[in-house]
Amino acid sequence: MQTHSIREPLIKGDKNYATITADIARPILRKPLKSWFVGITFTSILTVIGFFAIAMTIWKGIGLWNENRTIGWAWDITNLVWWIGIGHAGTFISAILLLFRQKWRTSINRSAEAMTIFAVICAALFPLIHLGRLPLMHYILPYPNTRDVWVNFNSPLLWDVFAITTYLLVSLLFWYMGLLPDIASMRDKVKHRVVKKIYSFLSFGWTGSARHWSRHASMSLILAGIAAPLVLSVHSVVSFDFATSVIPGWHTTIFPPYFVSGAIFSGFAMVLTLMLVARKTMGLTDYITVGHIESMNKIIIATGSIVGIAYITELFMAWYSGVVYERFTFFNRAFGPYAWAYWIMMSCNVISPQLLWIRKLRRNLVFTFILSIFINIGMWFERFVIIITSLHRDYLPSSWSHYKPSIYEVAIFLGTLGLFFTLFLLFIRIFPVVAISEVKHILKSSGENHTGKIKH
Amino acid sequence: MKELWKSIDEKNQVKVSRVSHVNRNKNTLDSSVTEIFEDKVMQLSGSRRDFLKLFGFSIASAAVAASCEQPVRKAIPYLIQPEELTPGVANYYASTYFDGLDYCSILVKVREGRPIKIEGNPLSPVTMGGTSARVQASVLELYDDYRYKSPSSNKVSISWDEADTAIMRMLKKLDADKKEIALITPTIISPSTRKAIDDFRKAYPMVTHITYDAVSASAMLEANKISFGVEAIPSYHFDKADIVLSFDADFLGNWLSPVEFNKQYSRAKDLTTGNKRLLKHIHFEPGMTLTGSNADKHVPMKLSDEKNILADIYNKLAANYGSKTFTNSSPAVNTDDYVNMLIQSLGSSIIISGSNDTGTQIIVNAINYLLGNYGKTIDLSSPLLNRQGRDGDMYSLVERIGNGKVGGLIFYDVNPVYDFPAGENLKKLIPECELAVSFATNIDETAEASQYICPDSHFLESWNDAKIKPGMMSLAQPVIRPLFSTRQAQESLLIWAGINVSYSEYIKMYWQENIYNPSAEGFDNFWIKCLHDGVYELERTKPAHPQYRREGIADAFGNINADSENYELSFYYKVGIGSGKHANNPWLQELPDPVTRAAWDNYLCVSPADAAANNWKTGDIVSLDEKIELPILIQPGQTKGTVSAALGYGRELAGKAGEGVGRNLFPLMKAENGNRQNYRTIGNITRTGRTYSLAMTQMHHSMEGRAIIRNASLGDYLKNPSAGNEIHAEIAKKNASIYPLHEYKGHHWGMVIDLNKCTGCSACVIACTAENNVPVVGKNEVIRSHEMHWIRIDRYYEGNPDNPAVYRQPVLCQHCDNAPCENVCPVAATTHSDEGINQMAYNRCIGTRYCNNNCPYKVRRFNWFDYTASDPFKNNTYDPAGMTVDLRRMVLNPDVVVRSKGVIEKCSFCIQRIQEKKLAAKLEDRMLNDGEVMPACQQACPANAIVFGDINDPESKVSKLFRDPRNYHLLEELNTLPSVGYLTKIHNQQETAENPK
Repeated sequence: MQTHSIREPLIKGDKNYATITADIARPILRKPLKSWFVGITFTSILTVIGFFAIAMTIWKGIGLWNENRTIGWAWDITNLVWWIGIGHAGTFISAILLLFRQKWRTSINRSAEAMTIFAVICAALFPLIHLGRLPLMHYILPYPNTRDVWVNFNSPLLWDVFAITTYLLVSLLFWYMGLLPDIASMRDKVKHRVVKKIYSFLSFGWTGSARHWSRHASMSLILAGIAAPLVLSVHSVVSFDFATSVIPGWHTTIFPPYFVSGAIFSGFAMVLTLMLVARKTMGLTDYITVGHIESMNKIIIATGSIVGIAYITELFMAWYSGVVYERFTFFNRAFGPYAWAYWIMMSCNVISPQLLWIRKLRRNLVFTFILSIFINIGMWFERFVIIITSLHRDYLPSSWSHYKPSIYEVAIFLGTLGLFFTLFLLFIRIFPVVAISEVKHILKSSGENHTGKIKH
Repeated sequence: MKELWKSIDEKNQVKVSRVSHVNRNKNTLDSSVTEIFEDKVMQLSGSRRDFLKLFGFSIASAAVAASCEQPVRKAIPYLIQPEELTPGVANYYASTYFDGLDYCSILVKVREGRPIKIEGNPLSPVTMGGTSARVQASVLELYDDYRYKSPSSNKVSISWDEADTAIMRMLKKLDADKKEIALITPTIISPSTRKAIDDFRKAYPMVTHITYDAVSASAMLEANKISFGVEAIPSYHFDKADIVLSFDADFLGNWLSPVEFNKQYSRAKDLTTGNKRLLKHIHFEPGMTLTGSNADKHVPMKLSDEKNILADIYNKLAANYGSKTFTNSSPAVNTDDYVNMLIQSLGSSIIISGSNDTGTQIIVNAINYLLGNYGKTIDLSSPLLNRQGRDGDMYSLVERIGNGKVGGLIFYDVNPVYDFPAGENLKKLIPECELAVSFATNIDETAEASQYICPDSHFLESWNDAKIKPGMMSLAQPVIRPLFSTRQAQESLLIWAGINVSYSEYIKMYWQENIYNPSAEGFDNFWIKCLHDGVYELERTKPAHPQYRREGIADAFGNINADSENYELSFYYKVGIGSGKHANNPWLQELPDPVTRAAWDNYLCVSPADAAANNWKTGDIVSLDEKIELPILIQPGQTKGTVSAALGYGRELAGKAGEGVGRNLFPLMKAENGNRQNYRTIGNITRTGRTYSLAMTQMHHSMEGRAIIRNASLGDYLKNPSAGNEIHAEIAKKNASIYPLHEYKGHHWGMVIDLNKCTGCSACVIACTAENNVPVVGKNEVIRSHEMHWIRIDRYYEGNPDNPAVYRQPVLCQHCDNAPCENVCPVAATTHSDEGINQMAYNRCIGTRYCNNNCPYKVRRFNWFDYTASDPFKNNTYDPAGMTVDLRRMVLNPDVVVRSKGVIEKCSFCIQRIQEKKLAAKLEDRMLNDGEVMPACQQACPANAIVFGDINDPESKVSKLFRDPRNYHLLEELNTLPSVGYLTKIHNQQETAENPK
């Protein structure tokens, strides 16, 4: 790999291979901080509340939610799409940026991938629990059965099932593949006999031989090749749920690219939210530098602008089509009873990322953190706006209705947030948050001490 | 291949049994239904290998099944098969519905001994196969857990013998003491009951018979007595009228004989028969009733102005015809146009008034007389007999009770403690009488205040007869044995009178003596035929029409009220709950009012102008003169300065579904000249600051300029029959699909709904609920838009909110040939049949609700909770109305699956009825006839607005209507290709604007 002396170093400080391993493994080897315990207690409580609400929903029925005859989906599918969107950054970073040979991805890909998996787990919960008859969910799988009934391959919901499970599987594989050398490092580092055994088992006997490295490299490339189109397909398929319908505001051909860019947009925002906290608390500021943050912010401008253009295109097409229903839907979004949600979406997703054109703000960590939260909120509202404002006033005004969430819906959403952060907090205690082996790869090309910034 | 046989006979004559046919008309159903399946059963093939496979499978499955605990199901086979009864095949019995107010000749559908559905009796010359929401719902009241289940004395259950002995002793004592015994009944149209009452009075001469109608036409009776010398209500013929001026008479909803009037009205609004004339309906009223919302012109009117407006019309007509005029002040409404229109239609108009003021009715009579309507559109020689009560009788009775002059009270089918304005007072007086007996079937306020309750049987368990008009006889027969230890009231009266004849024999004797015209057929045959038909028309020479006498007009004019500045509270009845008698019927409670579209409550309708002036919002609770508190509902079309509220709510003792729903307004009613008035003034309406959620099923009331209900004026229609529907052809031309369309080789079912005939009476909604086991979800669920009705009647307003045009449209599953719901279901639970029906496989549905989202008509309904107690999880039932108790569940239609929690359901075009008729036709080896299959909504419709049939048959009625230039499809621009068509609404409006003459 070439050395770019103009580019800022991706690893700060005077580092060698040993110090890298030590730095990154340190948070795992030491006792957890108090803040970690506080965090996981809080997130576990949220998770428990969420699962209680889910159990109640399964027992009593979807009637515990405030969906109704007009609005058949609300927070459930909003959350599904939001979580799936968040789950886009990881694979995008590891697969697409790998193919594009973006070196800065090495510091963040591990945690982004973990985040992807946890987000997809949270997402996958919703298509299950939103079913009226959860115990019969296997009906959705095309398995041979004595009743001779088959699934409906015309249904985008079925495509979702395949898309999401495939994505979860490939992301999981990809993540674990990357973890192997690092697990081996951990195996070599830990002292406790039992823990060593576990890491040893998980490392699949990795010895770091040249053959292992060569296979690892080619396998990574193959998986990257498989995962890259998935990044684009999953959210495209999710968007088909809406795009193939007849409901004004859903029936839009622009949805697949719009959803994918929105997903990457929100995924990066979530990565930023997490990494800005993690780098500080885990002492990883040398590995996740301001430069990394800036690179991610650049992706946020790019995808955020695509999303903004998509919003405006939708508005234009609604007017240009001349269809009364379309026109009404978009007018209703902007000025109807849910206008507040629309304007939250617009300001969070379209206006706020544009501030990142200013370099100072792009490199300002506090600003970036706040912005990332804004984008997370804005992208949640995007899905809320698409789903609820389209449904609540569709073709026949006699059926128009209004929706606000019930306590169960809120609890389930908070529960998935709890689950997500619980899993993430467990993850940072078990596996290296930064890919040790991959960072080592770029040390010689992008390390501060190797690019002449630090004189020996 | 081996042919298996079950007996030697069968082997020898396999084909014989298949020849016998079912003759449905005579109810002689045999077991031939089972033969349909026999073709296949007879030809089982199998090898040893197959046998071993099956054997192995059955052992394995038996082992699996045996290891699971199976619930014990009580299915007891018939040891001796009852006559006329084939399991799985319904029997129909003709009967009569009369609840003291509404009359309807009916057919009762009985399955395995259980009555489960009411249909109209097409043989009746009065109701002609029509029904109303209340008639449709009445079957549910049979299975009411809040019925009285045995006689009781002071709430202690006793035997009938004990009751009889005690009551007869008291009756004799009172009779000996010369104390009055009042028998209070609603109007009795049953001649046999009347005779039984006469016999009872003969046995106890101190018995007085008080006819008390909760919804009375007392003033009409009085006015006709004055104007014609007969105390009667005339028959009306809306179908013979060209113009109807109705003054607050809700004749399509509640007034006198709504089923009959709906039939006539729809005929007068029918444009499908080549008819080019339409009835013109002008409606004056303070609020917005079902009838008023159907009018071609709706005129807001304060009820205090009513008499003056009528007086003005009378004077103008009288001046025109040189008759005597009287002085009146200038009315609030300019009547010139109406007078001109009336003069144009001499002898073919109807003026009616819902007022209970004798003077007003006298003026109405005078106007009708001047216009020559009597004997043509209004017929007093054939009077309607279902309102005979005079309000004054009840008022004076209560006075007599108060004075201690009455020793005994017998309440039959009345509930004056609830619906008499001084009911509270009466409740205190009842225990002071020495004897108080109630025949109530259901828990009610009067019975609970009485000492003895001798429960009457439900009308479906009873014998009875009825005479709705002179010569128009009908019979009611029991279709099930009494479920509880109840006894018909007539039987009780006969026993107490010492007459030892069962009431059924008694009716028979009455018919033999008075109705049977001795002929060759013999009485028994005559009787059986009458029972079978349910109705019998006596040959009767029509008496001459009573002579009009110009009397009482001067007095009537002398009493015209001055306009007051106060708010006027007018009372009305809703098409579901009516007088409140059926309050414990969850189907009726959950029926959205066709005007406000609110269920489960009464409320105070206020005009938009008054609401704006006082800053009232829908849901604000206000207090009326500190007497009663009601939530506000802003009602477009309500007259400024008036407020309206429905009677029939606020039952205190009725049962789980009926108690505590809304407020009782009967105590607010005031009497004038002994007649209960339909309105009163209110001093002030004050806000309490509290709010209330109303169970509205429709929250948006404008069509938003969309072509949802296409309409045109009559003038435009006559110029161009597709007026208002021009885009239909354009859309049909432009619609295209890249996918091949379904092919329908056999039937292709379709439906047309004539929006010009539909009045919104909502009989279809209840019929559908009864036929298809549609769950009741209760008020809170309706508030959350979780109502389950498969057919709904959308209502839109257009124009000025002070007096808007009202449009209605029944919406059910459109059974699209290009259905958006079908392709989105991941598990293929909703599919397209080869007969064009969009089907739901409930067992397959996993409840994603995607189909519901993607349905542009939003007709799909989701089981949000376990409303039916059929969920595999126990103890999670959501049943606020008591519909899942075993007794209530007896009303379920066994042909329709009861849906469990978490599945989508919707209109099936009554697939079970299609299937039934197809099987019948197959057995008879013939094609289905057009009109043979009738979905429940069509069969119930008193307006004949719904036509169902095979679109593939070019000669079918529905095909012809599909080709009618008025036909269009809802949201047809989406190319969903619905199988339901709508015929445009044609207003009879243009004449007023263009030729006022």
